[in-house]
Amino acid sequence: MQTHKRQYQVFLNWGVPVAAVLLALVVGAGFLSAAGANPWVAYRSMFYEALGTRYGLTETLVKATPLLLVGLGICIAFRTGMINIGAEGQMIVGAISGTTCALLFSGLPAILLIPLTFLAGFLGGAVYGFIPGILKSHLNVNEILTTVMLNNVALQLQYLLLRGPMMDPQELAYGTGYPQSAPLVAAARLTRLIPRARVHSGLYVAVILAAVVFVLLWKTTVGYRMRTVGKNYEAAVYGGIRVKRYLVLSMVLAGGMAGLAGTIEVVGVHYRLLDGVSAGYGFSGIVAALFGQLHPLGTIPASFFFGALLFGAERLQRSVGVPAAMVYVIQGLVVVSVVSSDYLSRKFLQARVDTEAKRRRQEGDAEADGSSVAAERNQVGQNGAEEERPSS
Amino acid sequence: MSEFFQATMIVGMLTAGVRLATPFLFAGLGEMLSQRSGVLNLGVEGIMLVGAFVSFYAAYQSGNLYVGILAAMGAGAMMGLLTAFVSVTMKAVQGISGIGIHILGLGISGLFFRLTMGSIVTIRGFPRLRIPLLSRIPLLGQVLFSQNWMVYAALLLVPISWVVIYKTTFGLKVRAVGENPHAADSLGISVNGVRYVCVIIGSIMAALAGSFLTIGQHEAAFVNNIAAGRGFIAVALVYFAKWRPVGILGGAFLFSMIDAFQLRIQIIDIGIPYEIPVMLPYIVTILVLALSTRGRVMGPTALTKPFIRGVHT
Repeated sequence: MQTHKRQYQVFLNWGVPVAAVLLALVVGAGFLSAAGANPWVAYRSMFYEALGTRYGLTETLVKATPLLLVGLGICIAFRTGMINIGAEGQMIVGAISGTTCALLFSGLPAILLIPLTFLAGFLGGAVYGFIPGILKSHLNVNEILTTVMLNNVALQLQYLLLRGPMMDPQELAYGTGYPQSAPLVAAARLTRLIPRARVHSGLYVAVILAAVVFVLLWKTTVGYRMRTVGKNYEAAVYGGIRVKRYLVLSMVLAGGMAGLAGTIEVVGVHYRLLDGVSAGYGFSGIVAALFGQLHPLGTIPASFFFGALLFGAERLQRSVGVPAAMVYVIQGLVVVSVVSSDYLSRKFLQARVDTEAKRRRQEGDAEADGSSVAAERNQVGQNGAEEERPSS
Repeated sequence: MSEFFQATMIVGMLTAGVRLATPFLFAGLGEMLSQRSGVLNLGVEGIMLVGAFVSFYAAYQSGNLYVGILAAMGAGAMMGLLTAFVSVTMKAVQGISGIGIHILGLGISGLFFRLTMGSIVTIRGFPRLRIPLLSRIPLLGQVLFSQNWMVYAALLLVPISWVVIYKTTFGLKVRAVGENPHAADSLGISVNGVRYVCVIIGSIMAALAGSFLTIGQHEAAFVNNIAAGRGFIAVALVYFAKWRPVGILGGAFLFSMIDAFQLRIQIIDIGIPYEIPVMLPYIVTILVLALSTRGRVMGPTALTKPFIRGVHT
């Protein structure tokens, strides 16, 4: 009985969001038809391009890497109750600080240079996450708004640096003025895993960090406290948790993960800082984390799925003539339906418990079972709360 | 001579400032209504983008700017219905679902822009409507009374919102639903019904704010992501305004004047990289938000909390 219920809950946790994504794809099909494409052909070509070819599969992994890193940070922040929309900006700042470090210490051997660059990227993003964190915890400033504003500031900062002090001296010498930094030395570049493909060892870093974040959130006191703050702020205060500290910490970690994603894009893919390095991963990472149920391990397959979606959508333009903006339509629909489905799964679970209780009452041993049903109902309440996302 | 130049420049800047306040007024007042009923509509930016595109395209195709306005209102109502369904009926976490609506709006406007036009097209937007007599007042006439009708409409919406919220039964219901939905429910007010209405009206106003960015300009054009964060600034304005119409007016002018100022700095080259003035409105928004939390004025008690009968949160 207990395991049965457990299974049902696991089914709901995974089945409902998957159904929600399918619904989003069906509605997306309407948009594809409106765009003059055959939805079936479009989706098939999207997923074939992304998963059916060697090139497509490796590019999907290239895109999944930053999505996973950003998504892990989102898991930490959202679980702590901080709705961090600033991953895009944190990624940019992380890419800037990481690139700066890699260019400054280009004389170091790879074994020192790469960890140092990672650290610099993480710290850059962490500082940029700290700002909205401290504003929220100490001045109660809405973090959604500050992070959105800081995204715009980071974007301008990137233009400013790439057109000014960080511009490749070569660009100045030839007078081309393309906004990009000098290329990184070989020692700063990550290993490519497969010949003639861009997929790089940053993928391993991301997967290992997924395990680390899982342990942090579910196996340590710090993680327990962060989740408590996110789940029930008042109870956390009452329980003596220093909530302000954990709010800030969650933003620092989330920013750090996004910053690392930015650095890894530079040292793994582009080998230099260039305009548009964040490429919308900061937003897509949020979508991936939500689809992964804000669970670090669930975010791994979710990132892979959205990596495929992003690459497939890029190809859509060429294969069936649908603009790449289609990917935003699908992502928007996915967020909306996944967040909505959350309520349904709680409702289904409750309905099942209610019928169970009714059945037992009808069997006549109400007296004996009354208390256990009540206890069970209570427990579902708690389990339901377990899966509930932090409210803003 | 240089004095004269400076005077015209200041008048020009103030005129631009009043014009730039319009989208903040439309979107901010709409968002205020929505939040007063207890729903945080974070998708304003996306709805603005849809409104901007739809109004431009409808006006471009029909040759009539007012068709564009009607189309924007229709599109805004549709987006509002979706927002209300997700956050009221499906009780989604509003901070997250709003981001979904934003991404969706960004996608819809970008997708159909590429499909229908593909490149930037310019048409004539609404002309200036000089108000007789008043427009002849020196300085003020130029700044306030020589704008297009959408600017006047936005300014008129400030007192209208005030009357609706504080002096009508509907306004009383909105405030009740936002402050104590359970009490409102026990008095027979349809909590979810009121929230649907508020979210939809707010979204129509956001779409109108978007339409001002295209057909409300002298040279009307749509470009991708034309709202450039204004929708989010409008949401921030509501916090800054402490949920009062007059506060929205003040905040809208504060931001639009900063916007007008930074646009001028970009034009007159004073030797600083142009990225710095572009950052200015965003940094000011953060500072203003940080400072406006002092004084502990709380927003509607039930803000972001979905209503479930019998479950108190």
